[in-house]
Amino acid sequence: MLQAFGLMLALVLVVIAATLFFAWRYRATGKALHQPDWDRSLAVEIVTWGIPALIIAILGTMVWNKTHALDPYKPLPGAPPLVVQAIALDWKWLFIYPEQGIATVNEVALPVGRPVTFRLTSEVAMNSFMIPALGGQIYAMAGMETRLNLRADTPGRSEGRNMQFSGGGFAAQTFAALALPEQEFDDWVTKARSTGTALNAASFAKLSKPSVADPVRYYGTVPVDFFAKRIAAHGGMSHHSGNEAGH
Amino acid sequence: MDEPTILLGRLGMQALPFYSWVALCGALVTVGCGLGFLALVTWLGRWRDLWSGWLTSLDHKRIGIMYVILALIMLIRGFVDAIMMRLQQALSYSSEGYLPPEHFEQIFSSHGTIMIFFMAMPFVTGLMNFVVPLQIGARDVAFPAVNAISFWLTAAGAGLMLISLVIGKFSTAGWTGYPPYSEVRFTPGVGVDYWIWSIMISGVGTTLTGINFIVTILRKRAPGMTLMRMPMFVWTTLCASILIVFAFPALTVSTAMLALDRTLGLHFFTIDSGGNAMNYMNLFWIWGHPEVYILILPAFGIFSEVVATFSSKRLYGYTSLVYATAVIALLSFTVWLHHFFTMGASANVNAIFGIATMIIAVPTGVKVFDWMFTMYRGRIRFEPPMAFTVGFMCLFVIGGMTGVLLAIPPINYSTHNTTFLVAHFHNMVIPGALFGYVAGYMYWFPKAFGFRLDRTWGLRAFWFWAVGFTLAFMPLYVTGLLGMPRRMSSYANPAWHPWLILAFLGACLIFLGIVSLGMQLWVSIRDRARLTDATGDPWDGRTLEWSTSSPPPAWNFDTVPLVAERDTFHAAKQAAQPMPHQPADSFDMPKNSVSGILIGLGGFWVGFGAIWYIWWLAAAGLGLIAATMIGRSFAEHTEMRVTPGETGDVT
Repeated sequence: MLQAFGLMLALVLVVIAATLFFAWRYRATGKALHQPDWDRSLAVEIVTWGIPALIIAILGTMVWNKTHALDPYKPLPGAPPLVVQAIALDWKWLFIYPEQGIATVNEVALPVGRPVTFRLTSEVAMNSFMIPALGGQIYAMAGMETRLNLRADTPGRSEGRNMQFSGGGFAAQTFAALALPEQEFDDWVTKARSTGTALNAASFAKLSKPSVADPVRYYGTVPVDFFAKRIAAHGGMSHHSGNEAGH
Repeated sequence: MDEPTILLGRLGMQALPFYSWVALCGALVTVGCGLGFLALVTWLGRWRDLWSGWLTSLDHKRIGIMYVILALIMLIRGFVDAIMMRLQQALSYSSEGYLPPEHFEQIFSSHGTIMIFFMAMPFVTGLMNFVVPLQIGARDVAFPAVNAISFWLTAAGAGLMLISLVIGKFSTAGWTGYPPYSEVRFTPGVGVDYWIWSIMISGVGTTLTGINFIVTILRKRAPGMTLMRMPMFVWTTLCASILIVFAFPALTVSTAMLALDRTLGLHFFTIDSGGNAMNYMNLFWIWGHPEVYILILPAFGIFSEVVATFSSKRLYGYTSLVYATAVIALLSFTVWLHHFFTMGASANVNAIFGIATMIIAVPTGVKVFDWMFTMYRGRIRFEPPMAFTVGFMCLFVIGGMTGVLLAIPPINYSTHNTTFLVAHFHNMVIPGALFGYVAGYMYWFPKAFGFRLDRTWGLRAFWFWAVGFTLAFMPLYVTGLLGMPRRMSSYANPAWHPWLILAFLGACLIFLGIVSLGMQLWVSIRDRARLTDATGDPWDGRTLEWSTSSPPPAWNFDTVPLVAERDTFHAAKQAAQPMPHQPADSFDMPKNSVSGILIGLGGFWVGFGAIWYIWWLAAAGLGLIAATMIGRSFAEHTEMRVTPGETGDVT
């Protein structure tokens, strides 16, 4: 993609330079040739249509290939992905780990090297989920499920956030994204399970109230199919959790 | 909130802006300017002139000038919003800044709405109105009364926009008004309703303008002006008008559906009961993307006129430019999905829309080359319109490049919703559209008023705008690449802060650009004797509008010009011949009509009533519109006979 950028930048610089050069060279106070009736040239036409068309043909091919190669819905190679379900709330994120049976607020942990499939939905206005250090963004919408496949290759801590304006607490709607080595990830799960309370209708109703900059919170137990039921509550259907078949 | 009452709906004392001193100041300035204008007209004793010369006039030139005045007023209002946002983000690193989040949200929403719907649209429509009939050798548009209705509906929308600052609050949902956030569950106040009704009412006016100009251009050209002899600005207006007619209904429908959701509790776009907000985004952008070209194609037309005139040369590649314009118009309907690549569509869909988007860069690139080759072997005079054109060519290509980058879905996943996107579309609409309108304003001003605008202040305006734009928006590309989302009222990332201070300084330079525009107007009116143009052709123009007097008579041409080639007027000057024309004759011109202003007033009542649930007022507005339409259709003697040259000119 860097070559594509270079190609365009070269053309743009040529155009800017030529525009400024022509503007100076053919100034009225200058002595340059004046051909007031010259208004067509087949050779120039071929170049002016041809060069942009050629660049776009090259870029277009690249777009086709890269869009498929980097499709956020495409599972990443490697071990079977860890599934994390993310629910956007006003103005925080709830993460559910169905395999581990835990849930967290405003903190998500990823085991280093293992692909992760995020399944996204929203309880509120449209959000856009992004961990800039790991990849791009995908919208989260109520009653619908979208997906994003990511993988952390090095351990570290970064910030994820909602990118789509969704009301008063939007600016502070961030979460911590922890990329942890296998063992530390397991410890983190254990910590969440042991220190957390239960995620259920009552605690979820409390959590759903609009709030800004919530502290990290853990839920040690999560009802089965909680995520699918939240989508169904808004009239939608979830692809069945844990199963990567559909698309 | 209290239960709505019959008399005042949900309007009450709480609607007054005592919640914040910034909003209160804005309201006082708005009310003060309005009252000041009324007082001035009264003091000068000019109500009769204003009424019969302007408010009820069906003269396309007067209507065009009123559109441009509206646009310039709204430009100031939209710019105040802009510089307040820039100041907020320059100050709000690790702090609240000086604006509470909700106020900041209203400002970014009103800034976008005003600049697109009530600055750019009236500006371009005003120039189309003033110039197109003159350029095609016509004495008026096809439907003069409809033209006035279009203007007054736009003014009604702008009026709702302005009054939202005084009574109630404006939307916080951004200029795109995305549901479900814009549904009552998340935004229960009147703000989104102000947004809906102001753009819906003005949008109806715009649709009528589109119809009017298609018919005008296809039916009212002077004898001999074939399609391929039309000036480029007429071509681009034709293509933009076709886009208006096909695109604006999508906006009207999507906002009407949102209004039904909000007002009657339907569920088109809600998050429950079967609503689906994705439908709104598709509908909105099926209008929204062509809208970009509705704004920019006529600006391309202006650049084409300006570059040929000030290069003293025929426009290079006319045929290519016509086809490029038509191709852009067609393709503009095939790319709307690139506004939401991140919605989760499949790679096939995203790739196809990405490639379709890039293809638009080809005809656009051709246009830039054609303007370059018009300058080649020309004799270029650097009057302000030409300065804006050269500035446009240099800055616009940068925006074109970032547009192609955004059209690559894998890049878009990371840059979408960031200030990179904000920088990109400002890079298109400021150098691309606004520079064109300002160039057109300075280019055709002497035609409208008989004297030129001051050159020095014009060039100062150009430099402040060009440097100010660069300084204000190049930093936003950087912060976007650093991951800064748009619409942040405050932030904690130290890396963004210096760039946002630079962007604020850029906005200050743009402020000086606006001041220069005001100074230019003031100095030119003061020195109009020095700047007078008695020839009607101050720039050595090439097209028909320069063949008549400045300002032209109400009927534009005493005798209808005969067209034999593209630059007929220029050819006549070269041959030292008078412009060929038809024999003198008598003809009908429309008389003044109150129908436009009455329908505009009715539209305002409908909007205000629907926003505040004052249903009797909305019904009265509809009644006024219906009565005016019925009354107008029974009116006889709507025209008067004109015989140019006779005593008093009108018989």
